[in-house]
Amino acid sequence: MSTAIGFLTQTRSLRKLTFYFALLAVACLALADIDISTGSPGHELWLMGRGLLTPQVPDWQQWLDAVIYTLTFSLQGVVLAAAVGFLFAVYYHLTWVRVVAALLRSVHEVFWALIFIQIFGISTLAGVLAIVLPFSGTMAKVYGEQLEEIDSRPARAVHDRAESGLSHFFYTRLPLALHAMRNYTAYRMECAIRSSVVLGFIGLPTLGFHLETALRTGEYSAASALLFTLLALIYSLRYWFRARLLWVLVPLAFFVRPVSGDWHSANFAQFLRDCIPAPLREDWALEKSGRWLLWLGEQIGAGAWNTVLLAQIVLVLTGLFALLTSTMNSSHFVSGWRRRLGDGFLLVLRSLPEYLLNFIFLIVLGPSMLPAILAMTLHNGAIIGHLLGKHSDEVAPAVMESGPLSRFAYFYVPTLYQRFLAYCFYRWEIIIRETAMLGVLGIPTLGFYIDSAFEFLRFDVALILIAASAVLTLCADSIARRLRRQFLPAY
Amino acid sequence: MTILVELSQCRLTYPSDTMGEADWLALEVDHLTVRAGERIALLGKSGAGKSTLLRRLRRELAGQTSWCPQEPGLVPQLKVFHNIFSGALDRHSALVNLRNLLLPSRRHQTEIARLAEPLGIADLLWSKAGELSGGQQQRVALARALYQHKPLLLADEPVSALDRIQGEAILRQLLQRHTTSIIALHNAPLALNLCDRVIALRDRRVLFDLPTSEVHPDNIQRLYQ
Repeated sequence: MSTAIGFLTQTRSLRKLTFYFALLAVACLALADIDISTGSPGHELWLMGRGLLTPQVPDWQQWLDAVIYTLTFSLQGVVLAAAVGFLFAVYYHLTWVRVVAALLRSVHEVFWALIFIQIFGISTLAGVLAIVLPFSGTMAKVYGEQLEEIDSRPARAVHDRAESGLSHFFYTRLPLALHAMRNYTAYRMECAIRSSVVLGFIGLPTLGFHLETALRTGEYSAASALLFTLLALIYSLRYWFRARLLWVLVPLAFFVRPVSGDWHSANFAQFLRDCIPAPLREDWALEKSGRWLLWLGEQIGAGAWNTVLLAQIVLVLTGLFALLTSTMNSSHFVSGWRRRLGDGFLLVLRSLPEYLLNFIFLIVLGPSMLPAILAMTLHNGAIIGHLLGKHSDEVAPAVMESGPLSRFAYFYVPTLYQRFLAYCFYRWEIIIRETAMLGVLGIPTLGFYIDSAFEFLRFDVALILIAASAVLTLCADSIARRLRRQFLPAY
Repeated sequence: MTILVELSQCRLTYPSDTMGEADWLALEVDHLTVRAGERIALLGKSGAGKSTLLRRLRRELAGQTSWCPQEPGLVPQLKVFHNIFSGALDRHSALVNLRNLLLPSRRHQTEIARLAEPLGIADLLWSKAGELSGGQQQRVALARALYQHKPLLLADEPVSALDRIQGEAILRQLLQRHTTSIIALHNAPLALNLCDRVIALRDRRVLFDLPTSEVHPDNIQRLYQ
């Protein structure tokens, strides 16, 4: 027994870290509300399967319009976010820039959209802004890190002082990071297409808008056509999201769907007034304010508790799923058409937004935490699994020959485990943010309370709850960073 | 002659790789002066502290030196022309620099072509630096140092990747174009031939510091034992 759990006494054991995370997830699982509440999930699944095989577009005009909106939202959003993120990245050594970037990305685009819809109505401006703000925060972080990781010898070779100007940046730093930054921008474009589809679910005129209607009314043939459209859009990115074409496509996007919103200064003033906490705005008596605070506190408490609970389960399951499925895209296990098939499977899974998966599982399994757990595990697990598998190609093949299972346990997992944990920690803040957001669909995480606050036009409450979800995200980010530094000094 | 820099009772350290650990001692200097017009060779086995001393001198003489580090430190993604031009970023306004990155001006093209000619890299100006051989990269780094147009040259093994004859010719040019030079070399005969003062480092100390005319072959032999 003492040898079996000897790792518990070590200070920097990755096994111990994993053990505690898994233990916590099991405890959370015991507390979570998991249930299949629909009468016949099999039947619904069968209907969906049939729809998947018989895709049908009922109205091509409508379809085309939705495709154009999806593409213009994401293209405009990514290009503007790349510009802002790049500016931030240049000054990423300044603390306030890091803080602003962290705040921008700590709020999910769905929450940003709910806010901007109040200000600008259901409009292109609201949609584009909802993508630009969180994306610029994320891109600032990644661009900033890419610029920090470059070889500093060229810069030092031509410059003998610590501070360096714009010219030095463009000559000795940017060219070294540009390739990585380009690749990352292309990946963000994929994310932006997903986001713009999700924004459709809350009312913007993208593919998601029609997808929601089709799914809710059980028209699975129409839904599957939209789903395949989404996959095709993401798959086609590699052919048209190129620097040369973007000089034409970006102006075209702004020309075809100009960014505009319904701006009424009176409405905006009213919105701002409504954002002031009710007790201050309406000058309530102490006792009434106290009750309001208690009521708000209950929402924050319950919402945050459920968010953390769910995210913890999802984090561990995501890791497990990623570790197992990464073998489908790894040269250590598969090659040829099997590898392409496995990679394709992960890419398709990755392309489906967690919001959409959750929505589908909700129809099949009924309301509980289960649909959210499955949706996020599949989506996030496929992202990490794909990356990890690709990374494993860089590792030299195992010296000792053995069967796939032993190879997995004795070679694959040990050599890749640090990298794997680094990916999981990176993903943690995203999982927390997504968990909070998925409350919009009915599980009692923070998003549930945020959504109902918007529904009752309690903007003060909504903003406070959004701030609470941002704090949770920032906490996860900071814990992950500390764990990374302690356990994975190389990453 | 004017004294450019004077070090006394100096302990030069080398930054440690692991965080939190103390830096280790690379060189201890009791007294060292550099005067304008001198051509100084730094000799010694690798690890004797030559690079550390050069880095320290660069810091002391900030803004006055052309710098040619041991590793070329080029930007592999940029053209040779732009790598050489980056030696002079401080001389021009940011606007000129950025314009030159996209549309190189005629004036700078001729300037740099003239500089590259004697180094034998004139026909490589529009290749990417990352595609060059080690010797070619070293010559680009030399051109970049020359284009800094500073009176003082600090160079760390600037011709190590070139053959003997080519190396000597290029070293001569370097010395001619700077009023004062301090060059770390591993080739002792070359140093004695071209420089007027030799500073020899061994076991993290200055073993001797003599005019070239007073250096005895025994001194050199002891240095590399």
